Amino acid sequence: CKKEDFNLTPTNDVTSKEVYNTPEGYKNGLAKLYAGYALTSAQGSDASDIGGLDAGFADFLRLYWTAQELPTDEAICSWGDVGIPELDNSTWAADNVFLRGLYSRSVIHITFINEFLRESTPEKLAERGITGQQATDIQRYRAEGRFLRAFQYWVLMDNFGNPPFVTEADAIGKTPPKQITRPELFKFVESELLAIEADLAEPRANEYGRADKGAAWALLARVYLNAEVYAGTPKFTEAITYSSKVINAGYALKAEYKDLFNYANETNNPELILSINYDGLRGTNFGGTTYLINAAVNPAMDPASFGVPNGGWAGNRSRQNLPALFPDTKGTADKRAMFFGTKATVDEIGTFTDGLAVTKFRNVDAQGKAAPSLNGTFSSVDFPLFRLAEQYLIYGEAVARGGNGGTTAQAITYVNALRTRAYGNTSGNVNSISTNFFIDERARELYWEGHRRTDLVRYGRFTGGNYLWPYKGGDKSGKAIAETRNIYPIPTADLIANPNLVQNPGY
Amino acid sequence: QTGTLSGKVLDETGQGLPGASVQIKSLNKSTSTDPDGNFRITGLANGAVTITVSYIGYTPFDQAVTISGNTTTNINLKPDAQNLNEVVVIGYGTAEKKNLTGSITTVGAKDFQKGTVTTPEQLIQGKVAGVNIVNNGGTPGGGSVIRIRGGASLNASNDPLIVIDGVPLSGNSIGNAANPLALINPNDIETFTVLKDANATAIYGSRASNGVILITTKKGGSGAPEINFVTNNSIATVAKKVDVLSPAQFREYVNANGNDTQKALLGASNTDWQDEIYQNAFTTDNNLSIAGKFQGVPYRVSGGYLDQQGTLITDRLKRATGAITISPTLFDNHLKVDLNLKGSLTNSHFANSGAIAAAIQFDPTQPVYADNQFGNYFEWTQGAVPNPNAPRNPVSLIRLNNNNGKTERSIGNIRLDYSFHFLPELHANLNLGYDVSKGYGRISIPTFAAQSFATEGSRSQSLSEETNKIAEFYLNYAKNVGISRIDATAGYGYYDNATTGYNFPSYRATGAVQTTPVFPFGVEQNKLLSYYGRLVYTLNDKYILSGTMRADASSKFSQDNRWGYFPSVGLTWRVIGENFLKDSKVLSDLKLRLSYGQTGNKDGIGNYDYLAKYYANSNTGQYQLGNVFYNYYTPAAYDPDLRWESTTTYNAGIDYGFAGGRISGSVDAYYKETKDLLSTINIPVGTNFSNLLTTNVGNMEVKGIEANINFAAIQSENLNWDFGFNLAYNKRKVTNLTLNPDPGSKIGAGNIAGGTGTTLKYNAVNQVPGAFFVYQQVYDSNGLPLEGVYADRNEDGVINTSDQYFYQSPDPRLTLGFNTALSYKKWTVSTVLRANFGNYVYDNVSSNLGIRSNVLSPSGILNNTGSDFLNTGFTQVQYLSDYYIKNASFLKMDNVGLSYNVGKLSANRNTTLRISANVQNVFVISDYEGLDPELPSGIDYNLYPRPRTYTLGLNVGF
Repeated sequence: CKKEDFNLTPTNDVTSKEVYNTPEGYKNGLAKLYAGYALTSAQGSDASDIGGLDAGFADFLRLYWTAQELPTDEAICSWGDVGIPELDNSTWAADNVFLRGLYSRSVIHITFINEFLRESTPEKLAERGITGQQATDIQRYRAEGRFLRAFQYWVLMDNFGNPPFVTEADAIGKTPPKQITRPELFKFVESELLAIEADLAEPRANEYGRADKGAAWALLARVYLNAEVYAGTPKFTEAITYSSKVINAGYALKAEYKDLFNYANETNNPELILSINYDGLRGTNFGGTTYLINAAVNPAMDPASFGVPNGGWAGNRSRQNLPALFPDTKGTADKRAMFFGTKATVDEIGTFTDGLAVTKFRNVDAQGKAAPSLNGTFSSVDFPLFRLAEQYLIYGEAVARGGNGGTTAQAITYVNALRTRAYGNTSGNVNSISTNFFIDERARELYWEGHRRTDLVRYGRFTGGNYLWPYKGGDKSGKAIAETRNIYPIPTADLIANPNLVQNPGY
Repeated sequence: QTGTLSGKVLDETGQGLPGASVQIKSLNKSTSTDPDGNFRITGLANGAVTITVSYIGYTPFDQAVTISGNTTTNINLKPDAQNLNEVVVIGYGTAEKKNLTGSITTVGAKDFQKGTVTTPEQLIQGKVAGVNIVNNGGTPGGGSVIRIRGGASLNASNDPLIVIDGVPLSGNSIGNAANPLALINPNDIETFTVLKDANATAIYGSRASNGVILITTKKGGSGAPEINFVTNNSIATVAKKVDVLSPAQFREYVNANGNDTQKALLGASNTDWQDEIYQNAFTTDNNLSIAGKFQGVPYRVSGGYLDQQGTLITDRLKRATGAITISPTLFDNHLKVDLNLKGSLTNSHFANSGAIAAAIQFDPTQPVYADNQFGNYFEWTQGAVPNPNAPRNPVSLIRLNNNNGKTERSIGNIRLDYSFHFLPELHANLNLGYDVSKGYGRISIPTFAAQSFATEGSRSQSLSEETNKIAEFYLNYAKNVGISRIDATAGYGYYDNATTGYNFPSYRATGAVQTTPVFPFGVEQNKLLSYYGRLVYTLNDKYILSGTMRADASSKFSQDNRWGYFPSVGLTWRVIGENFLKDSKVLSDLKLRLSYGQTGNKDGIGNYDYLAKYYANSNTGQYQLGNVFYNYYTPAAYDPDLRWESTTTYNAGIDYGFAGGRISGSVDAYYKETKDLLSTINIPVGTNFSNLLTTNVGNMEVKGIEANINFAAIQSENLNWDFGFNLAYNKRKVTNLTLNPDPGSKIGAGNIAGGTGTTLKYNAVNQVPGAFFVYQQVYDSNGLPLEGVYADRNEDGVINTSDQYFYQSPDPRLTLGFNTALSYKKWTVSTVLRANFGNYVYDNVSSNLGIRSNVLSPSGILNNTGSDFLNTGFTQVQYLSDYYIKNASFLKMDNVGLSYNVGKLSANRNTTLRISANVQNVFVISDYEGLDPELPSGIDYNLYPRPRTYTLGLNVGF
């Protein structure tokens, strides 16, 4: 027999050459880049690109939300799954499986993007005979890929500080990536977002679900707001510049706050800058909004009314600090207060009804009709990754913190736009603002949307003892935790696998 | 003038020995005895000849006979526990036992496990030192974990290579068969030969790291057709159920601890859910064989029909098997042909084994049936739908899940052995074989069934086809030159294995499509090309040097890494042959063996893992941009440099015999070192399309000692008593898992039930593979575990995952096997016992269910629990407490049997009868309080109880 007889190839798999031999192949490749932060894998809800943790946990949003919300005053989870109690109690170790999952998900998403960037260079396009408008379109796909990469590097910078660093210049293989420091990564994220601006679509001019200039500016504004944390130098002026760009780009608030978090948020949503798209039939997983909805609901809450008749996992609910920020917990005055239950105080972590449930996310349309779902559990609600309200609050906080290029009056106008929507009238409007006003207002407007840890760190309240919540530091009444916990540890598994990495201080 | 020699070969008790070989070497004539021990050789010239009679387990016997017309002679064989002249099959050939250089153990039909044995590997359970065979539970025809010397790999396969009559099986599971080996009828098997050390296995090269089991099936007879009918009929009972709270205990607990809502949930029934799902199961296994010689061609034809019920209601396996072997000898005995064809058809109904865990958990105060929309089975509800957080009614899980499988398999080969006319010492051997199978399955669940209520029931099907083709050719030259003997073999092999899996849409029971596959089918194929050779040099019948070499090329690796080379060398000194021992009255055998060799492994990994490839998404993995849902390709993680995993084995052994062979046995010590482990490890994130990759990293070592002793305590005409005892000590240890060796590296190797993705077992440096990684429980002054209180092992003031430690593993340190048979006249009583020491089990039943929040569930239901809950009283799950790691050392009586050999039913008829009665799984002695301490995975959950089986058997010969 001949040597070639032994070069067997699989029936249904293909090579990169076959994937990218048409412009449509690149469009599909772009869909993969976005699917990379929505799904656990390309093979449905039971498979995962990431090993070492359950497929149900392995999507970006679930892991990101877990890292950003569970160890804060906004949320606590009743489950005993390994790794969750130590996030509830702010006692996580470097082995924590969820932190490792987030870290791995972000870096692997970047690796997928790098592969796309390698396969879409002008040389490769020329080689494959793709020219003209088609080549221009692919140039834009590249810019969107770089946006997603900058987004994931921001996630890594914010959560882990000093992650490994790979770009399209690093081939697939066994050479361990070098570690990048947080300030250097700040420069990279900033420079990438600035560099791709020209190639991105105008704000609100791209297809639904794809990043445009508005998304890049929104991320820049978010990064600049936290620049002091990341790189040691405040950049509130730049935060004002870029949030203003977004605000002036034609976005508008959606009429009803609640419709931002249900199946109505896909259509006629002028507030949305970029969403992660979920579909309960064609793009299913146990993370994403499926998780946000099901984990927040127990049988007593009538899961059917949340569009998940076969769901309701009774895990996440608020700690008493969150409902206390609102004038009442029934949403009578401020309609953003979307709670269920009677006992706000968390005495037992394992008791779901200790702490008010949060009813913000629902797999139903504006009329309350269930959205499509394969099994009565999967959600079709898209997650608003960037929305206008956050940019109003960035603008306001940056002004309050002394940034240039904005005015207090304008900031108050923006804040009152949010509060008028929340109250249904001007009764909740404010006349003045302060820096500390914004940490609370952000909680009221953006709670459970994955911002809390970053915000508390920026305000110096995440660690230390000046602000406590139940079970912070493992103590029922809350206690101080070490400042080194402002960033998460480099996961032990990668620290061992990659000799270039140095553990963050304190772990 | 031609004469005929006929007669009977008898054992020490005067019973006929079936299948004994009778040879007249000088005339190159041979035959074997029929089931009654009769033989007949025709076409003999009158005159003196010497006949040589041999039978496994007996001392060969030469007898001079003078042929004169029809001559009759009876031969009495004496048992020989050592079988030194026995010819055993080895890789690509045979060898006399006394000349073996490797560590090889043979088990013949006489020593097989008795009773209802429906899958071949069970025949030798507990019989061979260093071979652990553990069935996966009580499923009819269910599979077993077979480990020879513990297994040498982490993520590649640890299963031994199994070769049936020269056809190596692929090792793949076959669609819709509980176990691929169960497609072979155990009644057709003559011997098992287990090759353990590298000198014995290395000629199988890349498939040999985990040992090799050679199975030889029964062959044709010598004369008139001999008909043999065996029927075994048995009742299997559930020997032990999980100890759960009784309805009364349950009510008491809920009334004492529940709130009013919870108390109101209590039902009025008293249901033992385990009783509801288990039954006494009937099995009938019938086998008919005809063996004889037709026009000079020995043949055997057999057929079997098995109908086995499982102890889980509705579980059933029906199997029809057939086998034909013919072994003509042509061209003046120069060409021996051996044709084997085996086929089987199985029809299975698989009971939904998820009911086992549900039966433990389901509220014992609820009724089985209720008037409702779920097919009138009581279910916990949430609004109008089944409560998603509740277990389903165990009976409905089974009754409303119709899962049928159908498998067809055929294995066959033809072997031609030609001894050259001009050079009879030179043999050419050609072996062409195939193994094809087809498995079809269908599951249907009605719309109203609670288990699939969310998806309106289910209808799905599956189909897979496997084709395994082999071609082997070797030349063998064996010659005695003075005091030397040379035996040389050189060969070539080609193996092609392809499996086609078909994909079907899955439907709701309403007929609506639920999911559609992207591709209609996929083929998985791999090929292996081999060259092998062996040279055995024997000097003066005392010093034996044996060397083997194999070169394998596998399609699983790139051209650059395709070839692997696997050498071995063995040296044997037959000390007993030395003058100073020749006349020893004490010693009857003494042999020292030393061997070294390398073997490879490539099974258990994907067929195309070295290729950079993109895979398509499934139809539930699309992504929406604009208004369009896109399909796309995803790059898969891969290692272009993937290559052979290789194991180096050192073995030292002693074979001994005392008192004329009445006491005999062997002792072996071995050390195995695997390098370039095919392990799925953490790679630096960012270097590939996953954080895990199967690559060649890591080292593992296995150390062990094996010993066995056979003792024929009493040998007399009416009374015989034999003992066999074997012992194996085995310790595996991972020594490296990373490219840059690091003592802290570990990777998940086993999850438990409970939580989501809760990892308990790890492969870690300096640990046994799959060691438990847990928290150290702190106990109160009464010795009861304090909930959530763990030792701060790293003393940093915080209890978190950094305080976990490695504590024990599922691997037994020491395994013992004991069997004995006592026969008096026509009665024989026999038993087999096994014991494991140092194996630990994680009590997942207690850790998952033995908590207050399970019993008084926040999901608005009540659940039952194992009785360990009464000890802990935990309110929340404590999955990783070492409290749940239990010592599961055990002693089991596998089998006890009584048989009565009636012999001839009447003096003038040839009908013979043997009656036997057996009990299997007689008792288990263990400190472990769960269902069964014998769990290769080390995790006790949802175990299908191994039944206690009572068998009555009849063996009729005509």
